[in-house]
Amino acid sequence: MKITLTVNDAAYPLDVEPRRVLADALRDDCGLTGTHLGCEQGVCGACTVLVDGEAVRSCLMLAVQCDGVPIRTVEGLAGADGEPHPLQRAFSAERGLQCGFCTPGFLMLAAGALEHDPALGEEEVAALVGSNLCRCTGYEPIRRAITRAARDHQNGQFHDRRQ
Amino acid sequence: MKPAAFDYLAPHTVAEAVDALGAGAQVLAGGQSLLLEMHLQRARPAVVADINHVPGLDALTVADGTLTVGALVRHRTFGSPGAVPGPLGDLFGRAVGYIAHPPIRARGTMVGSLAWAHPASEWCALAVALDAVVEVRSTRGTREIPAGDYFRGPFQTAREPDELLTAVRYPLLGPDTGVAFTEHRRTGFSFAQVAVGAALTVRDGVIAGARIGLANCADRPLRAHAAERAVVGAGPSPLLFAAAGEAAAAHDAAPVPEPYADVDYRRHVIAVLVARTLREATPV
Repeated sequence: MKITLTVNDAAYPLDVEPRRVLADALRDDCGLTGTHLGCEQGVCGACTVLVDGEAVRSCLMLAVQCDGVPIRTVEGLAGADGEPHPLQRAFSAERGLQCGFCTPGFLMLAAGALEHDPALGEEEVAALVGSNLCRCTGYEPIRRAITRAARDHQNGQFHDRRQ
Repeated sequence: MKPAAFDYLAPHTVAEAVDALGAGAQVLAGGQSLLLEMHLQRARPAVVADINHVPGLDALTVADGTLTVGALVRHRTFGSPGAVPGPLGDLFGRAVGYIAHPPIRARGTMVGSLAWAHPASEWCALAVALDAVVEVRSTRGTREIPAGDYFRGPFQTAREPDELLTAVRYPLLGPDTGVAFTEHRRTGFSFAQVAVGAALTVRDGVIAGARIGLANCADRPLRAHAAERAVVGAGPSPLLFAAAGEAAAAHDAAPVPEPYADVDYRRHVIAVLVARTLREATPV
């Protein structure tokens, strides 16, 4: 099927089989390999991206379902000048990653949550990090990083780089 | 693994969707269970009908004391305060937090859960406890199935393969009804080992009505009739609720052994959770 994926404001005209899941289309057809695929069963959350502003598992959506729908991936977080997104800075400051495999998923999970609710509280963050799997950090540094980014956001130090 | 090849249809009306089902298509709504099954190739539909473009199926309406939930209403909707009025909305709000996690709740649907009919499903247990009615449509017409007749076993329902589950209806709960939902699971990621939802109506210090739903306590969702009989007509008390828990564990539940949870253990958990849920549901 002919579709156009709109990823990080760029258009990717594709010809995909219906069975192509969004994660594979992003990685193999768009060449955006920042999105990682772990379990392919919706469990691990490494493939989390924003579809129409919602953090979703890109292994549990078909690419053909996303025709014409705005998608954001981890490649779209940093600014055009390469300046890291506040979440990326917070993950670095709080050592919110070790091997880094799960990190793109956690970043997009947190980006979606913060865009929905900039006043994300500690309890919400604690519940949120349970969405994805991390086998290195024990979650605590990830929780701190998202909490720090939320606090920066509330203090006006969080500049969303989309227009 | 990757899903096996299939043809993709995106119907724009219920009639088109029903025609697709008549021709053998499988429904894709939230897709959070179906796509997983397709990855594992336990599900290999030849045709998938994606109903996400059918207008109206995302409606959540209240009329004449009845809540109607359309086939595209996502789990997450029930986490918004006030989405559903009264104690029924409170009960759904308590249950929804146990369903997977936020990204899954943003896509998955309540009606999809009823269609999938996992024995551990929170929504399925509540549907049985609350006397929900599911509406199914096919080229032969529309019929309504009471939840008590709808669930037939693990992933088995009274829905025919060519029938589209369009909506589920619940009677609203009265203002003198208290609600609670509790769940026991090994980790935050796990399915419910046991989950219990309850609605208790208390008038003049006496329990006038009780609805107790059990998830993952048998091969299908259950209404705990024995436990309900144990409490109706009596005054709420810890002793009464403990007896109701024992009744649910001994007479209502039919648990099967699971890894890390043999039958004796699961009956014990059921008794504890039913008593706890009734205590929490008691209106103050």
